[in-house]
This record gives sequence, structure tokens and C-alpha cells, in this order.
Amino acid sequence: MGLLSHPITLVADWLRNLFLGWGLSQGLTTVLLYLIAAIVVASLANAWVIFLIWFERKIVGRMQDRIGPNRVGPYGLLQPFADLIKIITKEIIFPDKADKPLYVIAPLLMDAAIVAIWAVIPLVPMVGMDFNVAALYTIAVGAFATLGIILAGWSSNNKFALVSAFRTVAQMISYEVPTVLALLVPVLLAGTMSLQGIVEAQHVWYIVLAPLAFVIYFIASVAEVGRTPFDLLEAESEIVAGFHIEYSGMLFATFYVGDFLHAFTIGMLGAVLFLGGWRGPGAEAYPLLGLIYLWIKAFVVYFIGVWVRGTLPRLRIDQMMNFCWKFLTPLALILLVEAAVVDRLLLGFTPWGRGLVHLAINVFIGALVIAYARAYDNRRKRERPLAAKPGQYPVAHPPQPAAAEAQSD
Amino acid sequence: MTAMQIIFLITAVVTLFAAFRTVTTPNLIHAALWLILALAGVAVFYALLNANFFAVIQVVVYIGAIAILMVFAIMLTRREMRDRGKQTSGRWWWAAILGAVFFAGVTWMIEAVALPSQPTAAVPASSIADLGKALVNPNGYVIPFEVASVLLLAALIGAVFVAWTRHNS
Repeated sequence: MGLLSHPITLVADWLRNLFLGWGLSQGLTTVLLYLIAAIVVASLANAWVIFLIWFERKIVGRMQDRIGPNRVGPYGLLQPFADLIKIITKEIIFPDKADKPLYVIAPLLMDAAIVAIWAVIPLVPMVGMDFNVAALYTIAVGAFATLGIILAGWSSNNKFALVSAFRTVAQMISYEVPTVLALLVPVLLAGTMSLQGIVEAQHVWYIVLAPLAFVIYFIASVAEVGRTPFDLLEAESEIVAGFHIEYSGMLFATFYVGDFLHAFTIGMLGAVLFLGGWRGPGAEAYPLLGLIYLWIKAFVVYFIGVWVRGTLPRLRIDQMMNFCWKFLTPLALILLVEAAVVDRLLLGFTPWGRGLVHLAINVFIGALVIAYARAYDNRRKRERPLAAKPGQYPVAHPPQPAAAEAQSD
Repeated sequence: MTAMQIIFLITAVVTLFAAFRTVTTPNLIHAALWLILALAGVAVFYALLNANFFAVIQVVVYIGAIAILMVFAIMLTRREMRDRGKQTSGRWWWAAILGAVFFAGVTWMIEAVALPSQPTAAVPASSIADLGKALVNPNGYVIPFEVASVLLLAALIGAVFVAWTRHNS
């Protein structure tokens, strides 16, 4: 058992022996070890956000033809630290008649709910909680994030904050449905709800077996985080900044950190569920290598999220809800049935044979869906011809012929 | 006292206190939040009993769905959520008597039944597979399971019907 192959086990054993040497009981030692592990994971996850903030500002800046942070340190790398010092020194303002305890608990609850997901992510082979209902658990702790947002909106004693909280919760609860359905597909394919088990079952990555489920999972989780194009909860033009409008100082920073961490965490979950988690050459011999693989995969998914954020405009609320309930949810249901039936029929196949059959059926369903969406779009264009001509800015009311002539002059 | 027992005692105190505050706090939103804390405490008990699946389901169903629905209902009904009227109706003592009788009955039942001090069978490491099989087993719980499914479907259709906007009438 060397330092390279089992570093975490080594440290844990050393700590365990240390505590037992102090005369602590076996049970207390276990609790203490869990506590230390939880604190380490939570701290590292939150510290990682410092880098993510720099990365996202830089990338989105480049995509929007700006430079992004470039003053503090090389490539602006130290900018988040400067922001951090600034925000720590800021005063935390409590609005008049705000519900103080809830006002403070809300951001903490949201951040804690996201960090709690990290407890079950298999970071490396053999380490981490092998929790037999981990996939369900990731959904369950999401409820606390929703609760944090309601509390923030309500306790601020601000109408904009409350309206935003309602919007957010409607959005999060709606998009939870396709997320769960898409998440069930890898659970079904692996035959277990343990995330470690799902990773171990992915001899062929599930993105090959269930590409459409991955797309649905990705879209629905971006909507759950509430990032562009689903950022109606902080639509600046209507509700100023959303549920955290009254927050300042470190309380606001907690929301901010929670948002970035949530974005990366869903990238990580996507990597675990669909991209093989820590799987990669040599990962089983050197677990730390597995951590690096997982990190790279999570980063790729996260990067796509940033890319979408930097590219797309915001959707309208009716478009968003229609998209969720009339498109994503039925499609996810079809995919779930497909995965169950086809996988049963392919019981004796080799992993790759099984993967290719699934892939072919997914491509077929995807083609049907695209054809259906095209037909729907064409029908809408026929019904409202002026609303969406290619290259034309959509207008709410068709202009009168005289006005149109006057414009063309 | 083992670490397990300490955790159990802390959780028990927190859960009981939260449940007490749920019925005594004058603010409805606060009551809903105390209720959420009490439900979370129950989830911790399930986890302590090695019933991971029930712990998670407790959080998903009671906190993720029912409690949030309650908070919503409260926020959408009473004006500005600042209703601080009287909490009790004139017949509160009926509820108190019923509560006391129920508690006494439960206590008597627990006392009357000889509970084994040790688990009679070893707790399986992963019981979800067994649970799933029992739910679809004709000799198991397939009929209650299907009846519950039909009931939920009926509730779903009913909800859609109630929420449906009638353009013509």
C-alpha cells in the first residue's frame, strides 16, 4: 500500500491510529474521521470556486469579444482573490423588517445542499461513500437548495425577491422531472443506484448508450441551476436581481459561490453518470489518476455550460415551461421505456454490441424528434408568418401596409 | 455511550423541539419551516437505522414535495404572509385530549408488545433490490402497489381537470 496507490486510505488510517492512540473509542473515531472528511471535501469544493469564477469570467469575456479580468496578477488570475478580500470587508445589510435568522440561514442552506452532493460522488475508485441510493440522494438534497431560495426571497421582505423566488421554485420543480427521468436511464442500464456502481458498470460510457438522456440531463440541470438561457430568476430588466437582491457582503458571496459550485457539480454528476466517472487508462492502479480523469470530464461538461451561457439569449417563461413539460418530459419518458425494453432484449450481448444497438435506436429517436420539431416550427410560422421570418427581428404586432411602405423608403 | 447514541439523542431533542415549535409558533411560515426540520430529523432516524432508502425518500417526498408545497400554499393564500391572528380555535382542548389519548395508547401498545432487544435477522447491506422485488411479486405487495398507482393516476387526472382553463364556458 504505497502513497501513490492509496493516498487517502493511508491518511485515514494514520488519523485513525492517532485518535485511537489518544484513547478515543472506535465509534467516536469513526465519527471524527467522517467529520474531517466532510470538512475537507466541503472546503476544497468551495475553494475550487475561486478558480471557476476566474475561468468563467475569462471565457465568457472572450466569447463576448472582451478581455475579461486582466489587471491583477498574470492573466488576471488573482482577480478572484481581490474580489474576495473586497467582499469580506463589505457590510452585511439587513433590510427593514427582514426575518433575520432565515435571512442568514437561506444562503448557507443553498450552499450546503450543493456541497452535500459531493458526499456521494465517487472521486476515485474505492474511496468515497458507496451509498446504495446515491442517485436518489442527489435529487433529495436538491430540495434544500430550493428551500434556501424560497427562504431568501421571503425573508428579504422585498416584492421583487419574492416574485423571483416563486419563479425560481416553479422552474426548479418543473425541471426536476426531466432531470430525474434522464437520471433513471443510467440507473436502469447499470442496475444500481450507487454512483460508484454506475461508474463501475460503464465498460462503455453511457453517453454512447444514452446520448439523448445525457442531452436532456444537461439541459434540465442547466435550467435547475438557473443559468442562461434559463436565468429568468434574475432577469435584471424585470425583477432587478432576483431572490438575492437584498443580500450584500459574504451572504451574497455565499449565493454566488453556490451558483458556480452548482454548475460545476452538475458537470461532475454528468461525468459520473454518462462519461464514465473516474474510468480511464491506469485509473484502477493509481486512483489519483482517476481523480484527474473525473476532473477533466467534469470540466468539459462545465465548459459546455459556460459556452451556452456565453452564447444564448434568455428564454421567455412560457417557452421555458412549454419546453420542459411538452418536449423534455415526454422525450425522457420515451427514452426511459426504450432503455428498459431494449436493454432487456439485449441481455446476452457484449458491452459494445449493446452500446451500438442503443446508440442506433437513440439516433433514430433523435431524428424523429428533430423532424417533429421542424414540422412544429413550420406550422407555427404558417400561423404567425410575421413573427419569425428568418433574419427578421420578431415583432409582436404586424405593421400596417402603409407603415411598412414608409419604412422601406 | 456510543457515538451512535449521542447522535440519536441530539437528533431526538432537535426533532422534538422542532415539532413543538411547529404547533406553537404564531407565524405560519415559521411553522412550516419548523415542520421541515422535524421531518429532516425523522430522516436522520431512518439513516441511523440503516434504512438509507427510507431516509432519502423521506427527504424527497416530505421535504422536497409536501413541505415546499405547504410553504407555497401559505405564501399564495394569506395576505402578505403576515397573518398573526389567534392560533387556536375554541375547541383546542378536544385536540389536546385526543392527542393525549393517542399518545397513551401508543405508549401502552409499545409496553404491551414484547419487543426483541436484538435484531432478529441481520440487516442486509443493500435491501433496495429486495424491496423492489417484493413490490412486483404476486405473493408480495403487487396489489397494494398497483392500487396506489391507480390512486395516484386518478389524483393526477383530477388535478389536471381542476386546473384546466375552460375557454368556452
